[in-house]
Amino acid sequence: MRLFGTINKNLFLLVLGLVLLGGCATKPIAGPDTEPAMRQEVDLVLEGTEAGTEVYDPLEGFNRGVYRFNYYFDKYLFLPVVRGYEFILPDYVQERVSNFVDNVFEFNNFTNNLLQLKLKATGTTLARFVVNTTVGVAGLWDPATTWGMRRQTEDFGQTLGHYGVGSGPYLVLPILGPSNLRDTTGFVGDTLAFNNFGPPAWVDDDDISLGFTIVSAIDKRKRMPFSYYDSGSPFEYERIRMLYTKKRELEIAN
Amino acid sequence: MRRWLTSLVLFLMAVLPTISQAVDKPYFYPYVNPLEATVMELPPFYQADIPKEVPTTTFVLDVFPEREIPEVFWYEDGLECSLVDQKGKAPLIFVIAGTGAKFNSPQMIKMQKMLYQAGYHVISITSPTHMHFVVNASSTMTPGHLYEDAKDLYRVMQLAIKEVKDDIDVSSYNLTGYSLGGIQAAFVSLLDEEEKVFNFKRVLLINPPVSLHNSVTILDNMLDDNIPGGANNLEKWLSTVMEKLAAAEKEMGYFELSSDYIYKASKRFPMREDFLASLVGVSFRLSSTDMIFASDVMKGGGYITPRNVEMSNSTSLARFETIAIRTSFGNYFDEVFVPYFQAKDPSMTREKLIELLSLRHIDPYLRSAKKIGLLHNEDDIILQPGEIEYLEELFGSRAKIFPTGGHLGNMNHQDAVDFMVKFFAGQEG
Repeated sequence: MRLFGTINKNLFLLVLGLVLLGGCATKPIAGPDTEPAMRQEVDLVLEGTEAGTEVYDPLEGFNRGVYRFNYYFDKYLFLPVVRGYEFILPDYVQERVSNFVDNVFEFNNFTNNLLQLKLKATGTTLARFVVNTTVGVAGLWDPATTWGMRRQTEDFGQTLGHYGVGSGPYLVLPILGPSNLRDTTGFVGDTLAFNNFGPPAWVDDDDISLGFTIVSAIDKRKRMPFSYYDSGSPFEYERIRMLYTKKRELEIAN
Repeated sequence: MRRWLTSLVLFLMAVLPTISQAVDKPYFYPYVNPLEATVMELPPFYQADIPKEVPTTTFVLDVFPEREIPEVFWYEDGLECSLVDQKGKAPLIFVIAGTGAKFNSPQMIKMQKMLYQAGYHVISITSPTHMHFVVNASSTMTPGHLYEDAKDLYRVMQLAIKEVKDDIDVSSYNLTGYSLGGIQAAFVSLLDEEEKVFNFKRVLLINPPVSLHNSVTILDNMLDDNIPGGANNLEKWLSTVMEKLAAAEKEMGYFELSSDYIYKASKRFPMREDFLASLVGVSFRLSSTDMIFASDVMKGGGYITPRNVEMSNSTSLARFETIAIRTSFGNYFDEVFVPYFQAKDPSMTREKLIELLSLRHIDPYLRSAKKIGLLHNEDDIILQPGEIEYLEELFGSRAKIFPTGGHLGNMNHQDAVDFMVKFFAGQEG
């Protein structure tokens, strides 16, 4: 978390500026010549059905500002860096990096499976870490999956959800994207635990940890098949908000 | 006796491989249900081999420099297209994407790789029904009129060539498109006979509708007939889908977004006919929702959004999505499309428009233009009864019609790809 704080201080200031500039008005502004639309919600939405894709989003103006920031950040900085990374490193090396990153983050899967008392998954995660760190040469390969031990992903947001914490208001985080209050809390919790008790604490070298933070961010972005406003929908913000919320509900239920 | 047997075996061993090479493997498609074929991605085993990477450049066209784009579409700034280019002199193919698809959709990327491999420059164009095209390149901002869309596409193609002409050496121009892009290709080809800018050498229509109105009606109904309560129950329907996915994940022990996984899952949990149809219906509805909203905003509102309201880059659009998702293509056709073209030409009627937007309307041209070929499937779900027979008769030997494959399900099948390559090389049709 300390690393995260220092690197991104300027970015957060930039976001803040953008958001303030963007304002928070989320309703269309009517003028003297405004006329109602032909199709009206009252005629179309049947009683007893839900109007649409309702997700609690009281900070929508702010969130849309951050979403917009993420679009530009992605377009002009993050994705060019990712493309450079892909250009420089052969696919084979990139796969090793992905495996390595996943293996290091098994720490969070382990703690959260344990916190949810999913003992079998906790055992699998531990076994995976041991196998991949030894046989898989420091996690560069993933023999555990080949042997039938699949990754058991859990994060602290899921753990909170598991114990009944509701999602809270929807949030779009700078760079990280869709979230909500619960999952943001979860992310902070995971990051603190990881930095203070996980691999960075074992290594205890700020330069290595910083290097790892940067490489894992690039690797994760590379593996995320999404780019802002490429969906071709004017309702992308609404659809992502709904899909994210539904996806998290399922991940928590599983 | 023994001696003969040994020589016979040796002879067979020597000859058999050549025989199996000489005789064409019969076409095999793993999904016989046309809805399954349409929905499921073809497992990689049946897909044609294509290169992993091809040299691609994206460029932006400022089609209407005077046009002011509303702030609510703050992320739109010119029409993006892509070029995949060969090193030396080569023929060029324009590819028009299907309904709601962009120039870089997964299907378009597969087409680019496949055609590049066959030795063509490829320019890819977003579908005129995609909001990106509606906002940046549609002159009427009322998509669906095949003659008007053809003019827009033709304008974009000329601008695209202007943009890249210094980088590529073109020996001939060719044209293709799939689904709605297929029928549009036919109308663009017709326009080219008058304008003569490209003088297309070969034009291939891939799984086009015969009548636009017939096909969109079929697709509209897939949602209304297969989701109880129609669009009003989409939310519930989505929850059910996600629960099914979660159940499959639990049962199979893992989840992976790949065609192999989905094929395996579908073998284990066969999907019901109505569910498959609802998937097709929903995906069509989502595309048409986006198109209708974009068209409405571009024309100043009045249909989905109030007329003359100011929307900013922070305006919440959820209320409009609620309305737009309950608006079928049929609604748009009757309430926006027909009135718009009637206002331009008072003698125009709904029936005339329906008749106009059909391959039957340019039947004589399609019969005489030997350069136009067809790739289609007998069980394509967007066709009405009798339409595939009409196409077979219309194109005769220039048609390749597979017995199965649904709508576009077999586009990446080795046999379909082989046909496309041969067609453009002038060896088929």
